[in-house]
Amino acid sequence: MAERPPAKPAQQQGNADDRKSSQSAFSCPVSIDRHERIQLAHGGGGELMHQLIEGVFAAGFADVGLQQHCDAALIDTALLGVGGAIRTSGGRVGRELSGGVRLAMATDSYVVDPLVFPGGDIGTLSVNGTVNDLAMMAARPGVLSVGFILEEGLEMATLERIVTSMRNAARSAGVAVVTGDTKVVDRGKGDGMYINTTGIGLVVRDVVLGPDKVEPGDAVIVSGDLGRHGVAILSVREGFRFDSAVQSDCAPVVEPVMRLLDAGVDIHCMRDLTRGGLTSAVVEIARSAGVEIALEEAAIPVSGEVRAACELLGLDPLYMANEGRFVVLVAESDKDRAVATLRSHQLGGRAQCIGTVHDSRDRGLVVLETAIGSHRILDMLSGQQLPRIC
Amino acid sequence: MKYLHEYRDPAAARRYAQALARVTTRPWTIMEVCGGQTHSIVRHGVDALLPDQLELVHGPGCPVCVTPIELIDKAIELAERPGVVLCSFGDMLRVPGSKSDLLSAKARGGDVRMVYSPLDALDHARAHRDVEVVFFAVGFETTAPANAMAVYQARAQGIDNFSLLVSHVLVPPAMATILSAPHNRVQGFLAAGHVCTITGYRDYESICRRHAVPIVVTGFEPLDILQGVLMCIKQLERGRAEVENQYTRAVVRDGNRHAQKMIGEVFEVMPRDWRGIGTIAASGFGLRESYAAFDAEKRFGLDCDANGSGRTAGEELCISGLVLQGVRRPVDCTEFGTRCTPEHPLGAPMVSSEGACAAYYCYRRGGRGV
Repeated sequence: MAERPPAKPAQQQGNADDRKSSQSAFSCPVSIDRHERIQLAHGGGGELMHQLIEGVFAAGFADVGLQQHCDAALIDTALLGVGGAIRTSGGRVGRELSGGVRLAMATDSYVVDPLVFPGGDIGTLSVNGTVNDLAMMAARPGVLSVGFILEEGLEMATLERIVTSMRNAARSAGVAVVTGDTKVVDRGKGDGMYINTTGIGLVVRDVVLGPDKVEPGDAVIVSGDLGRHGVAILSVREGFRFDSAVQSDCAPVVEPVMRLLDAGVDIHCMRDLTRGGLTSAVVEIARSAGVEIALEEAAIPVSGEVRAACELLGLDPLYMANEGRFVVLVAESDKDRAVATLRSHQLGGRAQCIGTVHDSRDRGLVVLETAIGSHRILDMLSGQQLPRIC
Repeated sequence: MKYLHEYRDPAAARRYAQALARVTTRPWTIMEVCGGQTHSIVRHGVDALLPDQLELVHGPGCPVCVTPIELIDKAIELAERPGVVLCSFGDMLRVPGSKSDLLSAKARGGDVRMVYSPLDALDHARAHRDVEVVFFAVGFETTAPANAMAVYQARAQGIDNFSLLVSHVLVPPAMATILSAPHNRVQGFLAAGHVCTITGYRDYESICRRHAVPIVVTGFEPLDILQGVLMCIKQLERGRAEVENQYTRAVVRDGNRHAQKMIGEVFEVMPRDWRGIGTIAASGFGLRESYAAFDAEKRFGLDCDANGSGRTAGEELCISGLVLQGVRRPVDCTEFGTRCTPEHPLGAPMVSSEGACAAYYCYRRGGRGV
């Protein structure tokens, strides 16, 4: 984290007297400085996962082309040895740039327990998740590959249901499933099934998006209400029965994104909101862009049932997972048009401007104006949200 | 959710802030006892609305923060035994013991489960009679009734593969200890509303008389806290020291007698070690002799090391005890945000969202609102 001061040496002068006077009673351990093994929190979308990515993957793959800080990678076709040879006709779905047609590529693996949840299943998730990653790069998804890892003993009917879900989701998202792979592992070595999908899409306009395009004054807009997927999963996984079953928001966001692009909205950066929720996405953008982002709690759309479930469990909707929502930063002058365009699509009925980008000395900071009109910092979680004791 | 927006209304919050500014004529220091209140204060930025002369200090009411390191080590040891399932509330899992934490024990192969209720752990024991299920029973008076109920049901239903690793503590003895300390700065208390739903507030009346401090039983929403502070300041400004109840929608003077009866059936009052504070007489619960068969420390022979060998080389760096007693703020610690972060906590208050250090770290870095 760029804003934190470097670690200080172990011996400090400051509060020596306090420590001396309290020596007999106080007992605190040294920190567990380095994780010797992977913990679940390393996959939680928070600070630990970022440390893993930076420390292991970025370091390992940097000199073989890994692109960071984006949901998908842009592939210059020159890399594939076809340079400018691919030409598009009509220009509707492709546009030739200096290096050739721009492709976007994304991959994601899906591990979810339970396999079926209110509003979707691992199949819809595995199509929509990868499709949405591509959409965040202004790419229209074209093709998907699918890899199944199946656990011995999985019911065939379950597999068939998931495959049907995937077919329907692929149709809705306008994407073709062109290749696949299957492996079966011993009973007990997988939660029924894991799915990996990889998608390739064509960047539809010569827009260049990313945190480096973010400017002071930009409006921060969310495409809908938050936290549904996280609460839907919790409600079935942990056996909570709330008065009304919260449905996952799992959906492809390609069309709302295309509408923004078609309307000519000056988009600077987009992120889909998955693990870690709104907060992790906005903090990531603020850090990468080197700006301060101010959000207004009262403007952030959260449904009554999601809010109630979160209050009950001591969880924060701003960190809850979503699977059909994104945050988009647009030029200030296009703010109202962007919100209106999103609301014109059924997924964007509760789209809302929730904040503004500022130039500030506190770069990388996200500040929330709370519901009662006070201010606090929003930061990534360490790992997963842990429900409080009471 | 009905009745939630009303307690977060910005216009009403401003009115309370103005009223506080009017009645406050000199500096006062008030402690909110409960970690849930600390979390709410920092999450909603309540203290930023208070007059400069008012200081809120954060109390010891964070269950994971005060659970002794030796008990965490025992929980880890149990989790790593073959055939034992260790069930715990979520925010206990990352609290560091002397060498490790429960999540790390899980990564090493220990069977650690996060549950939302001790009754879920009991269900697991009922469904899996071939394993030993241990529930890590931490918390204040608030969680005691459900933990007592789990043991009561286990005995009634003959579920003998279930036990509790008990670390229950009580609020009033901790408040009295803080007030008796020579370095005490606390002039008034916001007592923990949820605790008082169980216990009522008769016990606070003697503390109030003995130490001449106002105690206001207070809820957890921003307006609850602002109203509780206002009631406390009015008493201080007028030289009064009484127990008042802000949280009337949930708390009555005698508390919940059914819950108290269940606690009394299963638990007895005993001395307890408080991490960061030390041993306090009659400050916690242990299982009664009649329920000794459900005491995990006895069942697994863990109670040999009461004074703990869990102290480690770096512990003198952590001032959590002073933070928990309101003597120091988290930002006064030289390790805060540098060597001590939620990813690598030096002390328990940096772990739980109810811990004062974690609350400050999550919501307060960068010099805003501190």
